[in-house]
Amino acid sequence: MTLPLIIYRSLRQHALSTVVTAGSIALACGLLMCVWMVKTQSQTVFTQTTSGFDAVLGARGSKLQLVLNAIFHLEASPGNVAWADYEMIKRHPAVKTAIPIAVGDNLRGYRLVGTLPELFTTVEYAPGKKFAVRPGGRFFAADKPDAKEAVAGAFAAQRLGLKVGDTFHPFHGLAFDANSQHPDVYTVVGILAPTNTPADRVVWIPLHGLQTMSGHDARAATDVSAVLIQLRAPSAGFMLDLMYNKQGNRLTFAYPVGAIIAELFGKIAWFDQVLTLVAYLVALVAAGSVLASIYNSMSARQRDLAILRALGARRRTIFGAVVAEAACIGALGAAAGFAIYLALLAGVADVIRAQTGVVLDLTARHPVLWICPLAMIALCALGGVVPAFKAYRTPVAETLAPLS
Amino acid sequence: MLAVADLKKSFLSPEGQRVAIVGVGRFALAAGEQLALRGESGSGKTTFLNLIAGILAPDSGRVTIDGGEMTGLSEPKRDRLRAEKLGYIFQTFNLLQGYTVLENVVLGMSFGPRGADRGHAREVLGRVGLGHRLEHFPRQLSTGQQQRVAVARALANRPKLVLADEPTGNLDRKNAHEALALIREVCREHGAALLLVSHDEDVLKEFEVRKDFAEINEALKEPAR
Ligand SMILES: Nc1ncnc2c1ncn2[C@@H]1O[C@H](COP(=O)(O)OP(=O)(O)OP(=O)(O)O)[C@@H](O)[C@H]1O
Ligand SMILES: [Mg+2]
Repeated sequence: MTLPLIIYRSLRQHALSTVVTAGSIALACGLLMCVWMVKTQSQTVFTQTTSGFDAVLGARGSKLQLVLNAIFHLEASPGNVAWADYEMIKRHPAVKTAIPIAVGDNLRGYRLVGTLPELFTTVEYAPGKKFAVRPGGRFFAADKPDAKEAVAGAFAAQRLGLKVGDTFHPFHGLAFDANSQHPDVYTVVGILAPTNTPADRVVWIPLHGLQTMSGHDARAATDVSAVLIQLRAPSAGFMLDLMYNKQGNRLTFAYPVGAIIAELFGKIAWFDQVLTLVAYLVALVAAGSVLASIYNSMSARQRDLAILRALGARRRTIFGAVVAEAACIGALGAAAGFAIYLALLAGVADVIRAQTGVVLDLTARHPVLWICPLAMIALCALGGVVPAFKAYRTPVAETLAPLS
Repeated sequence: MLAVADLKKSFLSPEGQRVAIVGVGRFALAAGEQLALRGESGSGKTTFLNLIAGILAPDSGRVTIDGGEMTGLSEPKRDRLRAEKLGYIFQTFNLLQGYTVLENVVLGMSFGPRGADRGHAREVLGRVGLGHRLEHFPRQLSTGQQQRVAVARALANRPKLVLADEPTGNLDRKNAHEALALIREVCREHGAALLLVSHDEDVLKEFEVRKDFAEINEALKEPAR
């Protein structure tokens, strides 16, 4: 009973230094965990984001660009794929599903992507998950490929304020330019339920509509931008890879999608290293400031400790009280650090979602989430050891004397 | 109960000279005895009590309390012996400012042989007239009340020996008299010996047995001082 009382009273009595120290610990802890989680989570989530496809077939060029354009709806399309090529890969026995997409227009900055209704009805964008429209809407009709209908992704609909029944003019290009409006009028017939994939950030329209948008080159009206592919068996991927990439020279077959994104992370490894370095520096500075402030706040307790000793407190009581109190400050900081971590991560996740449609898992676990707080608490306890020794080495009589 | 033999303590002056402060050849106190020491300011009274309490280590000599020898023990062991046998009413009270009145007393007890006993702490605080101030903090009390908390804390452990260093120094005459009567009474109730030091004649004359510290402390006779 004695020890908790001493710790509690001391924390209360020195509330300001307790709060300031715990605050700096919280900041360091939160920052460190956030940097770490964003680092690991983004890699995991991005490489897992395949929107349900194994491969992408596109114009000759960079596989990464192809994947970014066709799966993540980022970057420009590297070129076009002739309709005949689409037909051919679609009929290939190793291919389970082939869905063509066409890009080139936007609605106030949000991409219009032309595709076939099969995307919504046959593809699982994540294991066991199919696209769904919110009540009151529908996918565009399979029997009317020329219908000027649109299905908006959840995030795009929310940002653009779209609802079923709204009409809009598409704009030409991938970037928004108010002067390049197409005269065509599209009607929103459905809003997708959130998928937490890049599909949330685009407005889908029938493939034919995008191909024949007024003002588009009529000669390319049957071309598509890319073909999204599901394979029957993984081994077929290497066969097609050989066929398109090694033997052919017109097209690029990007397979497997996850590995290509992993390559991207390999390319930005330097950025990763900088982040890690920053995290370590933050930890180092935090460790230093924690040690210093624990030492300071413990020095402020010297007189109380001397009184406790004059009352006959055991050496281990004094030692335990100081170290445990320092550890408590660390624990308070670590707890507050979690709040900071969650707030920071939520902010970062929001930005990543707005930019890519990919949603970080805020509840994901990682060893850093317990290593970091525990390390902070241990560090604080360590910071308390020196003052604890000091408390037992200062002469009681002299520490008590000044007030007499 | 208390036996002091050839106890010597000197301090280094700021000029680097060794100045003898305490030099007591022979001093004893029987169980339950109450004795007052008269001494001028700066004569080394507090130093003497600190030596007895083991808060200070002497240069040489011996202090024995209830059969336990304080001198020669390591510092942690002196702390234990003090917690077991002694109650010390400090000249400056030395109350823990961050703790309530009750907690001050309970904490003082918790290091002793009987351990923390809230009931007994309440009882002793009631005895010194602070039953209605248990949850107050020291700064919310008058000086006289703080003094009484210090008295309660020193006595709650049922010590064998109570050291009182100028315990009424900050009180007016009436309150000083009452506080003193209280200390003596409670010591008597608990069978504790009492050693009080003071320079205040009003305090001293209440004691049947008084001694001049100047006579006991040979260090005061040395010409070096
Ligand atoms: N730690 C120390 N270092 C050097 N000198 C000290 C130390 N402690 C006490 N002294 C000196 O010892 C002498 C006696 O001090 P002490 O506190 O024992 O006096 P006292 O009799 O209690 O006086 P008062 O009645 O004013 O409380 C003083 O001259 C003081 O300067
Ligand atoms: Mg004194």
